[in-house]
Amino acid sequence: MEFRVKAKLVTPEDMRRIVTRLAHEIIEKNRGVEDLVIIGIHTRGAFLAERIARKIMDIENHEIPTGYLDATLYRDDFRTRLKQPEVQVTNISFPLDEKNIVLVDDVLYTGRTVRAALDALMDFGRPARIDLAVLVDRGHRELPIRADFVGKNIPTSVGEEVRVKLTEVDKEDGVNLVEQVAGGKKK
Amino acid sequence: MRFKDGHLLGLEYVDREDIDLILKTAASFREVLERPIKKVPTLQGKTVVNLFFENSTRTRISFELAEKRLSADSVNFSSSTSSVKKGETLLDTARNIEAMKIDMVVIRHQSPGAPNFLAENLDANIINAGDGAHEHPTQALLDMMTILEKHETIDGLRVAIIGDISHSRVALSNIHGLLKMGAKVTLCGPATLIPREIEKLGVDVCYHIDDVLSSVDVINVLRIQLERQEGGLFPSLREYHNYFGITKARLDKLAKPITIMHPGPINRGVEISSDVADSEHSLILNQVTNGVAIRMAVLYLLAGGENINA
Repeated sequence: MEFRVKAKLVTPEDMRRIVTRLAHEIIEKNRGVEDLVIIGIHTRGAFLAERIARKIMDIENHEIPTGYLDATLYRDDFRTRLKQPEVQVTNISFPLDEKNIVLVDDVLYTGRTVRAALDALMDFGRPARIDLAVLVDRGHRELPIRADFVGKNIPTSVGEEVRVKLTEVDKEDGVNLVEQVAGGKKK
Repeated sequence: MRFKDGHLLGLEYVDREDIDLILKTAASFREVLERPIKKVPTLQGKTVVNLFFENSTRTRISFELAEKRLSADSVNFSSSTSSVKKGETLLDTARNIEAMKIDMVVIRHQSPGAPNFLAENLDANIINAGDGAHEHPTQALLDMMTILEKHETIDGLRVAIIGDISHSRVALSNIHGLLKMGAKVTLCGPATLIPREIEKLGVDVCYHIDDVLSSVDVINVLRIQLERQEGGLFPSLREYHNYFGITKARLDKLAKPITIMHPGPINRGVEISSDVADSEHSLILNQVTNGVAIRMAVLYLLAGGENINA
């Protein structure tokens, strides 16, 4: 499948400001950083989680426990998808009981990944609360799930895709709106 | 992904890329085993039959746990309590079980090729859990996963397999797997227990244990079965221990420590002495833990592969 970049929606400077704002919002809603933990969903959610945790460290001078989660094993499309996704390592090295968790992902779309991640988190303990922070909300939810902290709302059509790029994996920071090139092969 | 045929019959039929994928996936599953709730819902609704025509404790429990950890439904079959006693053929047994709408079959059988035969005749995914002296692929995979705990890569590593090579499916699967991953493999044991012409697979053969120990990074010590001695293939267990047993005295002479593995069950004082089996360089119990992770990875990869042919 080939894709064409329709628009570059977030610059590296925007990204930095968004992360800063998300960090402030999280601290404000949580009324401090007591019992706060941040869990990122692989792959890009994990790096965003780290960035937010670092920013909170800058602001509050308090280290926030940060973990990563791979929700692949909890997905609901295992029986229908064409290829098994690669399973990544989950790393949550601290107890989640009675914690206020902020779950971080790059793009919120159908809500199915978040559903899977919530199920996975529940197997690690009984958190006091779970909030959801996403860099981009592109709409088209298929489940009753919403984000508590949103970096940017980007209205999209189903044929488009939102590509988040982070320097940790992609050489640059940014968010691109792409669409499939006409005549390209369908999945 | 070569898993497209949906079976794991032996490492002879699997390429390096797939072995890498299995090892990588297993490393992720290893973490699931450390969680407070050691279970994920991935294979919900899948049914796996463990078809064991030969005795087994470790392998069967390991597969059963792997199935349960992935939320599959599993059914156990052992030939001693079944219609096989009444004269039913393997094919009829398997077809009857498949008619009950199952998805995967884990088979251990005394005849080499039994899993291949089932794969040709059934629609279910077949996993070989040991067929005669042919292959035992999940054992070799868990051995490689265990090696990777101590060594960064298998490529270029020098590995010796010591003991009864002729009657060992663990040896053959390890040979295929290790060679594909780029290891240098040496076989060592009494000449009566090493098949002639096995060098053609690309391995070295050496009959002197001390020469082997001083030139390798990892040894995989095979179990010596008492029946072999009764068959006249070597004079006595004691003599075997003197010539090929892995003892602390032998290992102390080496310039550097080597990694020690054993597929179990161990005959303490025969192929390996107790102090070596329990030493810090012995990874024997890690192998058992990794076995569950490897089997979860294989079940996961095979179960998800059914649509790949499209």
